[in-house]
Amino acid sequence: MKKQTIDSRPASPKPWYDPRIRSIFFQVVVIALVFWGGWTLVDNTLSNMESRGISTGFGFLDETAGFGIIMSMVPYDATMTYARTFWVGLTNTLLVSAMGIVAATILGFILGVARLSSNWLVAKMALVYVEVIRNIPLLLQIFFWYFAVLSSLPSPRQSVEVGGAFFLNNRGLYLPGPLTQDGFGLVWGAIIAAIAGVVGLRIWAKKRQLATGEIFPVFKVSVAVLVLLPILAYLAAGSPIEWDLPALKGFNFGGGISIIPELAALWIALSLYTASFIAEIVRSGIVAVSKGQTEAAKALGLPNGLTLRLIVIPQAMRVIIPPLTSQYLNLAKNSSLATAIGYPDLVSVFMGTTLNQTGQAVEVVAITMAVYLTISLSISLFMNIYNRAAAIKER
Amino acid sequence: MAESMKRPPRKIQGPVAWMRQHLFSSWYNSLLTIVVGYLVVTNVSPLINWLFLEANFVGSEPSDCSGTGACWLFVNQRLNFFIYGFYPDDLQWRVDIIFGLLAVAFVPQFIEKFPARKACGLFGLTGLPIIGYFLIPGGTFGLEVVESTKWGGLMLTLILAYIGILASLPIGIVLALGRRSDMPMIRGLCVVFIEVWRAVPLITVLFMASVMLPLFLPDGMNFEKLSRALIGITLWQSAYMAEVIRGGLQAIPRGQYEAADALGLGYWKKTGLIILPQALKMVIPGIVNTFISLFKDTTLVLIIGLFDLLGTVQSTITDPAWQNVAIEGYVFVAFCFWVFCFGISRYSQNLERKLDTGHKT
Repeated sequence: MKKQTIDSRPASPKPWYDPRIRSIFFQVVVIALVFWGGWTLVDNTLSNMESRGISTGFGFLDETAGFGIIMSMVPYDATMTYARTFWVGLTNTLLVSAMGIVAATILGFILGVARLSSNWLVAKMALVYVEVIRNIPLLLQIFFWYFAVLSSLPSPRQSVEVGGAFFLNNRGLYLPGPLTQDGFGLVWGAIIAAIAGVVGLRIWAKKRQLATGEIFPVFKVSVAVLVLLPILAYLAAGSPIEWDLPALKGFNFGGGISIIPELAALWIALSLYTASFIAEIVRSGIVAVSKGQTEAAKALGLPNGLTLRLIVIPQAMRVIIPPLTSQYLNLAKNSSLATAIGYPDLVSVFMGTTLNQTGQAVEVVAITMAVYLTISLSISLFMNIYNRAAAIKER
Repeated sequence: MAESMKRPPRKIQGPVAWMRQHLFSSWYNSLLTIVVGYLVVTNVSPLINWLFLEANFVGSEPSDCSGTGACWLFVNQRLNFFIYGFYPDDLQWRVDIIFGLLAVAFVPQFIEKFPARKACGLFGLTGLPIIGYFLIPGGTFGLEVVESTKWGGLMLTLILAYIGILASLPIGIVLALGRRSDMPMIRGLCVVFIEVWRAVPLITVLFMASVMLPLFLPDGMNFEKLSRALIGITLWQSAYMAEVIRGGLQAIPRGQYEAADALGLGYWKKTGLIILPQALKMVIPGIVNTFISLFKDTTLVLIIGLFDLLGTVQSTITDPAWQNVAIEGYVFVAFCFWVFCFGISRYSQNLERKLDTGHKT
């Protein structure tokens, strides 16, 4: 059979009406504009920096910083380099973000569940908390804790004292610090053994349930193993921890672990603020699980605890995880408000003091933004992986 | 027999039954009620005492405050500074006119049956910024010039939030359309722009705007601090706006796009007449929510040295003339922000419920 040709086909469109050609044309124009804009900016910046006598490049990172930082997780003193100040700032940012995420998650989940409580008073109090806290700017809350609450605490000599081990004053909170002695390795070994045992127990219990249908109380036994085994090892090794108690030396406390008021204010404010958002996320996640699901579980004869653990929570988590991720990101970004009260985080130390001292605005801003970009992208990558694992598997 | 011996059912109506059901339904609920109730009672009554009963409202000197309650004189005395900043006293009528017009534009939005509601809203988005542009800085029509360094307080907070949201809306629309575009280069550019701005905290953006912007611009061209902050806020906010609008674009059923194509509409006609009107209507609550968060975030400008509402209060608290008024100052600012944000969020929730009708597919 002969191939039929369609004669009535319209003449091919003029090139400027062809969508493909148009699209290429637009893209070329936009890219050209962006390059032109970028080049102008770079050119302006270079000539401006030249006229102001600012050198370019990252050489400044090897120079001596010469300023002190009130708190650092890595060893630091004023004779170290600017690169070191970057690490100090970064670790401080990560510390407060991690502390905030843990506290905000715990408080947020409690509040979210409380919002749905059958107890009228509890539900209303959680509602009041959420509506008050999330409608007040975070910076104001940080100021409130730092300038109004923590700075009105007594001086070190009149500190609030609990049992001679915990001290609270306007210089910060002082806790006893653990000093591990010889033989603490046994405790570490016990912890690792307990974790391995629990994993093994879970696998065994699952196999047994599949084979016989009997349910083994995995959770209770796991908790018992995880708590008891390290304690037994600790006692067997002869209590190999000594506590380094804080004590008043001169005008301030020495020894132990100290939490400076800047960190405390930032931590409290960030946790309370973010918890109010997490509470709403948790509430809407639980509400999103339809009533039919719990009713079906009841009809199957599952007890309440199992219904919650096997039916409600997995489905609610699916709704909760994505917005929860963005709250974690917000918390990490909001930790940069540390600048306002002088907690030495990345923005305060690096983008503040280092930038002022070196004048290397472009390099410092670029490094700082790159750090936040990396944190954001890695958290969202991690959460995307979790999300994919938790998503509904449709077949 | 046993049937007839059964007791009558418990009361299910009235306050006692309500309490039994909602407060004391089981032993742990009763315990919870008692603990929480005790905490509430012991905390609320001193709070009310401090806020109202023992607070001082009249007087003019710090010594007029008794010290047992809140010292509201402080707020009273400095109210002018908190609202207008350093704006000259005899020119404050210009700001008052803008406050009035703002109320005219947006109060009707809360009243369901107000006749010219849409016209008022439209005026707020178009006419009001133009009037404000001429009235507040002055310099034209024989108005005396007031430099932006003298603006401050609540007025500055509102200006930052309002211009920030207004300017970021068109940029956000363009970015959202770009991100949904078929052209890979344009899509890539928009994705990078949006994701970079969304990943960095506002404070770094503000630092960048105040430190780096002068380096970027050619010699002799420069902005004052307020404009630099506004440029930073707008760019940052437009990335968030783009994501909100993209949500709306994605929620439009495919059929709408296909129907527009079938009618032979070109890209701009399809977008402008079919897609955007529906998408924007759908995301109004989202836009309002971003406005609330921007409104709270404007307080950050105090870190780069602008005197917004929180900035004016913060600077007065450290004034040696008044001692120990930090808590009063913060409570006042918190109250101002809370009223605005809570009001607007309630409005947006209402809107969400109202707009939730016709879009289910």
